[in-house]
Amino acid sequence: MKHMNEKMEKTLYAVLAIASFFLAWELLTAFTPAGETTPGPVEVLRLLFTSFFEPIGKFTIYGHLYYSIRRVLVGYVVATVLGIIVGIAMGTSRYAEAIIKPLFELIRPIPPIAWIPLVILWFGVGELPKYTIIFIGSFTNVTLNAYTGAQRVDPQLIGCAKMLGTSDRDIFLRVILPSSLPQIFAGMQVALSTAWMAVLAAEMIGAQEGCGWIILRGSDTTNIPLVLVGMVVIGVVGLLLATIMRIAERRLCAWNRMDV
Amino acid sequence: MSEEKVKVKVTHLTKKFGDLLVLDDISFNVREGEFLCIVGPTGCGKTTFLNSLTKLYDITAGEILVNGEPVDLKKHNIAYIFQEYSTFPWLKVEENIRYGLKLKKLPEDVIRERTDEVIRMVGLEEFRNYYPDQLSASMLQRVVIARAFAVKPELLIMDEPYGQLDISLRFKLEDELIRLWQETKTTVIFITHNIEEAVYLSERILVLTNKPTKIKKEIVNTLPRPRDVTAPDFVEIRNHVTDLIKWW
Amino acid sequence: MEQNGRIENPMISMKQVKKRFESDGRVKEVVDTFNLDVKENEFVVLFGPGQCGKTTLINLIAGLELPTEGEIQVDGKKVEAPGPDRGVVYQTTALFPFCTVMGNVEFGPKSRGIDKKTRRERAQYFIDLVGLQGFEKSFPNQLSGGMRQRVGIARAYCNDPKVMLLDEPFGHLDAQTRYMMEEELEKIWQKEKRTVVFVTNNIEEAVYLADRIILLTNCPTKIKAEYQVDLPRPRSYVDPAFLKLRQEILDNTDETL
Repeated sequence: MKHMNEKMEKTLYAVLAIASFFLAWELLTAFTPAGETTPGPVEVLRLLFTSFFEPIGKFTIYGHLYYSIRRVLVGYVVATVLGIIVGIAMGTSRYAEAIIKPLFELIRPIPPIAWIPLVILWFGVGELPKYTIIFIGSFTNVTLNAYTGAQRVDPQLIGCAKMLGTSDRDIFLRVILPSSLPQIFAGMQVALSTAWMAVLAAEMIGAQEGCGWIILRGSDTTNIPLVLVGMVVIGVVGLLLATIMRIAERRLCAWNRMDV
Repeated sequence: MSEEKVKVKVTHLTKKFGDLLVLDDISFNVREGEFLCIVGPTGCGKTTFLNSLTKLYDITAGEILVNGEPVDLKKHNIAYIFQEYSTFPWLKVEENIRYGLKLKKLPEDVIRERTDEVIRMVGLEEFRNYYPDQLSASMLQRVVIARAFAVKPELLIMDEPYGQLDISLRFKLEDELIRLWQETKTTVIFITHNIEEAVYLSERILVLTNKPTKIKKEIVNTLPRPRDVTAPDFVEIRNHVTDLIKWW
Repeated sequence: MEQNGRIENPMISMKQVKKRFESDGRVKEVVDTFNLDVKENEFVVLFGPGQCGKTTLINLIAGLELPTEGEIQVDGKKVEAPGPDRGVVYQTTALFPFCTVMGNVEFGPKSRGIDKKTRRERAQYFIDLVGLQGFEKSFPNQLSGGMRQRVGIARAYCNDPKVMLLDEPFGHLDAQTRYMMEEELEKIWQKEKRTVVFVTNNIEEAVYLADRIILLTNCPTKIKAEYQVDLPRPRSYVDPAFLKLRQEILDNTDETL
């Protein structure tokens, strides 16, 4: 009973916050000098709406979404799988930690965009370099969280599993991995949003389509409404992806929830 | 006789969470200088009871009077001791004890005098310049007790302070508590799950029911002190209380 | 009473066991020349003050730590590593939080490759025995402290160990829940006899459960005295003989440091 009310209250606040954001935007562009350079939300939404039917460049918005989401998913899935493996290796083996961690800390602060020239040099301008940029943008978050997750596994649980006669392989699969899962999920959630953030950088590499490309195109042609359409689409899709991840986490890590 | 003076008067104390009735019309008095123990079955509304008593929760109905006035934590000098040893880790033993006195804005010479007094009473003279994490569990518990008694509370509320200690230590600290209580004539409300402890300490025991919590029985305990846990009359009271709350 | 009389074919035998820990170049002696034999199906309680190294003794028998000197045997076999012939119940329960009650109880048999039907039946038997029927699908964080300890006991039993090692399993419970669990454990043990080594700092619990109480000294821990508890079971906490023995042992216990 109380739970429902709280949920509704939260939704209400979310809707109110978003509505007042758009209202403030509209008012600012309508009544201040900002309006001379920046389009209001009504104009942007109208353009967004037409983009469902009329192509921007080669595709309608669906086509752009398809390409961007595909790039993000490929880069992200590879980053997640590798990140979990590397992270858990670091968290469970002192050697892996000692070897990988310093390299990692060195490479981590370099923004994905800085890799563009090198990535083009290595992989040309096809899809592969785009996947690579997304990969770079999400790999660190998954790895670091898997690392802390594996590091924080209660040693008593491992001892306990050993006492029950569990093999090393099973200790990994049935104790360490599930123990780290909430942490891994937290990492995957952050990584998904950073992967999605990296879509702009990725589509700087000779793309002819995609949500990031829309922004670049708008920027090149000083079409500010188009830039804003790209921004809105990226924002909304990011929000949806985060929501999906949260639902998945709630399903898979049910045991970790304190409220019952 | 001053013994007849009522220190705390609780009437019709009722607490609901939404539709859920947790405390059901509880009334009792505590005499000035009395040692009252409250016991109840596991999961009885003990925490709610305590939080309502100290006005941490708004109560749904009823009244709590201290010295005939509605309880007010700013006006009434009430001290608490909980199960967790809540000392400030960055303050030395002496500073921990002084802390509460400083909050009361007492003059420096009074603070010094009282600090010295309680440190002596609990036998912590050698440890006054130690930090909490340099002390053992029993020492810490003494710091907490000393801090509580230093403010000369008119009412001391203790929530199962010895629940996690081993028995020999518990016996020792209980004896110490009784000594402090006798010296200071403080009014004490002591909440516990442990029936033997309640019989050992109390002058009177309130036995609570399961939720919604009521007072099931009031037992006056006039056993002479020091008490012997193996004495037949001690065991008799213990059995009586146990029968009243036994759920296991 | 330094050296207890040796028993023929003991289930557990500790001979001249010493344990030292070294950290930052400092040596801390925790167990000092410990000799103990435990008979099959005997319920032995190790009782001692505060942090006297009781947990270390359990870890040594469990094989989670190895003695610095001396030897430990379980059922005639030298203890060199953790293994399923010894079941441990921890104070913190150490249940797998991501497994249901059933998942926890069948964890051991599953690890040892026992087929699903057999291990389920076996797990169900022990879940019923500890009184948790109906909670098979609950996760540990949905259970009360007492219920979690029941799961811990069922999990250890379900692996069919020769020896049960219980490390202050009821230390975090309130006084009443503790009584309940002690009575419950006694019943379970009567039904499923095992050799038990039970560690506690609660003398009431020790006298209630033990066939034999080993009184430990402060750290480095040794055996200070032994008490055979011949009171009939199930015992009463307020029986005069019970209270007398309790007081006697307590008076002989080292002061907690």
